[in-house]
Amino acid sequence: MTVTFSDFIRESANWAFLAIAVPTLFAGWRTVTSNNIVRAVLYLVISLAGSAALFFMLGAEFVGWTVVLVYIGAVIILFLIGIMITRAPLGRDSELSQPRSVRAPAALLSTAMFGLITWAMVDAFGSDSIGEFEPTSTSDLSGLIFDRFVIPFEVVSFVLLAALIGGIALARKDEEEDQG
Amino acid sequence: MTIIQFLIVSSALFSFGLYGVITRKNAVLVLASVELMLAAVNINLVTFDVYLRDANHAGQIFSLFIIALAAAEVGIGIAIILMIYRNRQSANVDEFDSMRG
Repeated sequence: MTVTFSDFIRESANWAFLAIAVPTLFAGWRTVTSNNIVRAVLYLVISLAGSAALFFMLGAEFVGWTVVLVYIGAVIILFLIGIMITRAPLGRDSELSQPRSVRAPAALLSTAMFGLITWAMVDAFGSDSIGEFEPTSTSDLSGLIFDRFVIPFEVVSFVLLAALIGGIALARKDEEEDQG
Repeated sequence: MTIIQFLIVSSALFSFGLYGVITRKNAVLVLASVELMLAAVNINLVTFDVYLRDANHAGQIFSLFIIALAAAEVGIGIAIILMIYRNRQSANVDEFDSMRG
């Protein structure tokens, strides 16, 4: 099941893929380079929405909608609250990133990381096609979560409870501090 | 569709996240870069789940767990940043150096 580049261009689904992947990567790049802190977080929204769209392309509808609800709906709000509460400068600010002496080695390291991962992936999977696949049905997924994966699921709910209590305990002001 | 096109997007997003974790000064943006890396990992897991036709859908369920844990991580992370901000009036990771020898 190998695919050549001309086959890749001919398939219409791949044009949809490129239309999703290019904005996703651009937004991901701007998330880590933008000089405006609110824009960086809003670019993160675009990048995560792109990843949700890729999940839809792969037929993983439930995971895609979970990303939309949890990431775009909740986590981004947390980020914006975090920005406002720490009174970060809201306009353009060149102090958001490290100086060039740190950025250059970081760029080198992340490029090397990209090259290494991509080389390993191409070496292992080459141009294998995913082939025809059915969308994953949510009822199958929920059946598995509450049957085979029920113990990890319960553990995750305890982790969320612990995070909830821990978040309240960390973020609330000490009463003694208020009085003093 | 080939599998490698999804994997390349995922590894590029992961590298951007790595770059952001190293170069960002604001602690909230460091967390945002970590989210970018987690999103890349999720793309990888779902791609392989579909590619391998796993009857247990382990990849998709694992990515659901990652999403839940990432939400918990951001909640705690923002609470810790808020705590540090109260004590030091700064969210700049360069100034959190009291453990430096």
